[in-house]
Amino acid sequence: MTTYLDSASGEPLHPAAKTVLEQATEHGYADPRRLHGPARNARIMLDNAREATAQALGVRPDEVTFTPSGTHAVHLGVLGLLAGHARSGSLLAASAVEHASVMHAGRWHEARGGSFATLAVDPLGRVTEEPPAGTTVVAVQAANHEVGTVQPVASYGESAPLFLDACASAGRLPLPEGWAAAAASAHKWGGPAGVGVLLVRKGARWRNPFPGDDRVDERATGMENVAGALAAAAALQAMVAEQEDLAARQHALVDRLRAGVATIPDTDVVGDPDVRLPHLLTCSFLYVDGEAIVGELDRRGFSVASGSACTASALEPSHVLAAMGALTHGNVRISLGRETTADDVDRLLAALPDVVAGIREEAGL
Amino acid sequence: MSADLLLDCRGMLCPRPIIELGKHLAEVPVGGVIAVASDDVAAAVDVPAWARMREQEYLGAEPAEDGVPVYSVRRVS
Repeated sequence: MTTYLDSASGEPLHPAAKTVLEQATEHGYADPRRLHGPARNARIMLDNAREATAQALGVRPDEVTFTPSGTHAVHLGVLGLLAGHARSGSLLAASAVEHASVMHAGRWHEARGGSFATLAVDPLGRVTEEPPAGTTVVAVQAANHEVGTVQPVASYGESAPLFLDACASAGRLPLPEGWAAAAASAHKWGGPAGVGVLLVRKGARWRNPFPGDDRVDERATGMENVAGALAAAAALQAMVAEQEDLAARQHALVDRLRAGVATIPDTDVVGDPDVRLPHLLTCSFLYVDGEAIVGELDRRGFSVASGSACTASALEPSHVLAAMGALTHGNVRISLGRETTADDVDRLLAALPDVVAGIREEAGL
Repeated sequence: MSADLLLDCRGMLCPRPIIELGKHLAEVPVGGVIAVASDDVAAAVDVPAWARMREQEYLGAEPAEDGVPVYSVRRVS
């Protein structure tokens, strides 16, 4: 039996989304732009998805665009704000712990003649540095995807138009205020993969940074994933409805995990202990190889992620951990799903000391 | 910076250079300096993190003759 503890990479499909996805796939196949019956059905589904998503996030329906992924929503959000403000400058400032999609957008912007600066964070991963004078767009995440720390977003929206990456927090914490554009990702809240959400505030200066398309929604590219969007909206509504209860339960389970892993010698427990995402915990075990610990936990039936260099896709240690000065090797990220129980947490806590000690022993320590 | 003990960890990937630091720290007297030459990018973060966690004093990095960074730590306990 597998205990899945990697919901921050992908939350299993929410039960509320399953039937919707099935039925919408059957009936929502037509191009919502066309003028016939099947198209009208698809259009109604898409409008419903937009309406429900807007309501769940507390925004206007015309501020919502469905994209093919959270990453694409981030790229559109960051680069679209820069394009909309191109006359006043081209300096993008982003916290040093933003998701790779923001960093890649920054480097893309830089490669095309723009400027890209990163803002330092404290040891808990909270951004502390002010954007430099002349910042055109500032990008700060709602909460960190690797360590869970919630960012002081409000103060950053005052200096420059703010892009808010809400991919890690949407559906789990209320959306903060003060942004000009924001992004979220459905598979992180229990919707299907292949659905991202771009939010652009009414009146915000946003211009499509890419070739664009001739959709009804000027920010959309290609035919919308109607069934996916509707299922994503159903999952989001359900998550928001249970948000308070789920967050309280998960927050307490992560407290228990934090206290438990802290008793393992030479362990760096990372991120803000209180002001954080409810469902995830990151820690690094000194002298432990990241690949070895993920593999050994997998062998024992626990699925976790890691930001260590040997397990990361980039072959470099996590830029988030590095910016915080946290230990980057021997790293695991444990993220709870909505069905994770106290028993799951306790079984993991029972296994970890032995796993860590075994790997250290093999290393000769 | 002259170290009491210099570990050559060129070509080793993390956590190996840190494991070597952990293994050899006791060979340096309290107040002495242990150094590690490492071309692994993770060492730049992990040597200071190791020093913090083991309550030793991280002194900084300087390039060796071949350009590989040498990270120094003072043993304080």
